[in-house]
Amino acid sequence: MRIVIGEGSCGIAAGAGKVHTALTEALRGTDASIGIAGCIGMCFLEPVVDIYDGKTLLKRLVKVSADDAGAIAKAVKNNDLSAVSYLEISEEDSVFLKKQTRIALRRCGLIDPESIDSYLEDGGYNALKKVLSGMSPEDVIEEIKTSGLAGRGGAGFPTWFKWNAARKSEGEEKYLICNADEGDPGAFMDRAVIESDPHALIEGMLIAAYAIGASKAFVYVRAEYPLAIIRLQKAINEATERGLLGDSILGTDFTCRLKIKAGAGAFVCGEETALIESLEGKRGMPRLKPPFPAEKGYENKPSNINNVETFANVSWIIENGGEAFSAMGTENSKGTKVFALTGKIKRGGLVEIPMGLTLREVIYDIGGGIRDNKEFKAVQLGGPSGGCIPKELLDTVIDYKALSATGAIMGSGGMVVMDEGTCMVNMARFFLDFTTKESCGKCVHCRIGTKRMFESLTRITEGNGKEGDIELLTELCEGIRSGALCGLGQTAPNPVLTTIKYFRNEYEAHIKEKKCPAGECAALRQFVIDPEKCKGCTLCSKKCPVGAISGSVKEAHIIDTSKCIKCGQCKEVCRFGAVEIR
Amino acid sequence: MCENCCNSDLTLMADVFSDMQKNGDNLITVLQKAQDIYGYLPTDVLYEIAAKTGNSPAKVMGVATFYTQFRLKKVGKYLILLCKGTACHVNGADSIEKAICEELGISDGDTTDDGLFSLKTVACLGCCSLSPVMMINEETYGSLTPSKTVEILREIKGREAK
Repeated sequence: MRIVIGEGSCGIAAGAGKVHTALTEALRGTDASIGIAGCIGMCFLEPVVDIYDGKTLLKRLVKVSADDAGAIAKAVKNNDLSAVSYLEISEEDSVFLKKQTRIALRRCGLIDPESIDSYLEDGGYNALKKVLSGMSPEDVIEEIKTSGLAGRGGAGFPTWFKWNAARKSEGEEKYLICNADEGDPGAFMDRAVIESDPHALIEGMLIAAYAIGASKAFVYVRAEYPLAIIRLQKAINEATERGLLGDSILGTDFTCRLKIKAGAGAFVCGEETALIESLEGKRGMPRLKPPFPAEKGYENKPSNINNVETFANVSWIIENGGEAFSAMGTENSKGTKVFALTGKIKRGGLVEIPMGLTLREVIYDIGGGIRDNKEFKAVQLGGPSGGCIPKELLDTVIDYKALSATGAIMGSGGMVVMDEGTCMVNMARFFLDFTTKESCGKCVHCRIGTKRMFESLTRITEGNGKEGDIELLTELCEGIRSGALCGLGQTAPNPVLTTIKYFRNEYEAHIKEKKCPAGECAALRQFVIDPEKCKGCTLCSKKCPVGAISGSVKEAHIIDTSKCIKCGQCKEVCRFGAVEIR
Repeated sequence: MCENCCNSDLTLMADVFSDMQKNGDNLITVLQKAQDIYGYLPTDVLYEIAAKTGNSPAKVMGVATFYTQFRLKKVGKYLILLCKGTACHVNGADSIEKAICEELGISDGDTTDDGLFSLKTVACLGCCSLSPVMMINEETYGSLTPSKTVEILREIKGREAK
């Protein structure tokens, strides 16, 4: 038997490394082998351990801890896996994977990301072989055109068009760049692809480099992704050793060298011209377009930039044909899209679905709905460039146009679900805090406008909002949208505009009634003890740092609101749920 | 230029500069390597980098302050990276930050007087399903509550006091 432990970053954070050590120890002396895989995407069930017989999956164990190693080893030794059935994934949770259609993630969590043989055994590099043994660069671009593949980084620009522009651009030396600077806080699919299936990225990039005529390629990875960098470097080394990367690839005259460049942390570097500046070692400040990177990119040479997920789809398209890809999806959005489903969701993780499913299907059918039996309030798509979509629009289909029509965007794939306890004004403030810090400072509208918006939103959440604030915010939004050079600035107002559009009543409650309907804004909430529920255990009054709670043993306690500093410690310690926020 | 402050051992940079000559490393890569060596970017090292890369000190400083990865101050023995990504925000990262700040008496970007802890908030650690999350050196702590966070910090303090 073969025991495979899911060791992506989040699996490791959940304790997969400790499980691995414990299993190695417990299985010593048996003929079972231990291996690793990347991330299967079921973050809510990490650490995940799969038991295989050859290629057949016998059992998938979830939420495994190091303490379970003994039981697993015993079951493996006795050849009786029913003994560990208590760890097996439930029918209900299995739905999470069954309802997905995986292309970009097709090998994630199934192969060993640190072994090129594991990738080759699964048909890896067949697409590259097919391309180099008979397709012209134009054929490749045509196939991608047929597929309808569009940029998965967020903008959704047709991939073939960019490739074609870079191919036709004058110049001997051309560059191919992969944008793996996944900066949207709440999105992690690019990291998962690199950590779990790095060769899929390399293969996709090689095919693209062949199509545009580039012999040098870079992957610009966030420095916060150390494991992704390690695994990608290992994959590059192995591919080079096997003649799949470097000079005369597969014996042809196609040559391509691939280098990793670790980013240094700046959200704006997700914008392609800022990324190029950063690659050149400068401050990542966007350039004026045109000229587009296809004409003058890295070192002023023709360059093409695509996102990780875009490249991860390429080898599948070449192998299965563009038509198979375009058969999935909607009129104007083809294929699949990966989302990082997080927030107040029951089953959070990586989800790849065909375009055209509704938000409701993703959140409820795959994600299992809202945690702790609370009410769904909104879903945030596209991070700081995106917007919040309310309950009424849950049946919106996942499609570039349909999502843009709501005021949000498809984005790179962050999908953060919020419940009734999330304040939408504070949510807008959170994103503006982010964009204010991440604005590169080049354009006045973005640099100062986001700061002013952040200040107004802060005032509102602190109970100091005044009449006219909503209008002021709207005016600032329009100014920034039209006055900023790059995508970061132009889209920075989206979180504010969508929350004003769909949750105007929350803004008004903060401004006029000095109330936070969600009970999240500390300055506006009041802690009270429900005398019916309070058992008089005195725990809260002992915990209160300012002595604001009074009451005798076994009698209902009272909070003196004039003393209360709203720290919430009483609510946290109360075992009877008697402390309420109003 | 920088006589009284840092007194860094600049000879440690020799390999970095020779690599730069050989591989054509850009300024960001040189700064990343320098930070790996010193743990942060001391002022005298920045001047040295400016001289050796042929850039003005202002340009080097401009790049060093643009990116969040670079630190201009020494960090504590335990570097707390508190995630403030969207998922962590929704799940209460603000209350965790408050708990850390109150417990340690520092705010974001500071180091405690005893040099034990530094706090840095980061955009996303990518462990969204374990949110709210913090990372202390290499260890990740998930599903935090304010009291659980304080417990973790006190445990480290206790260990260090011995």
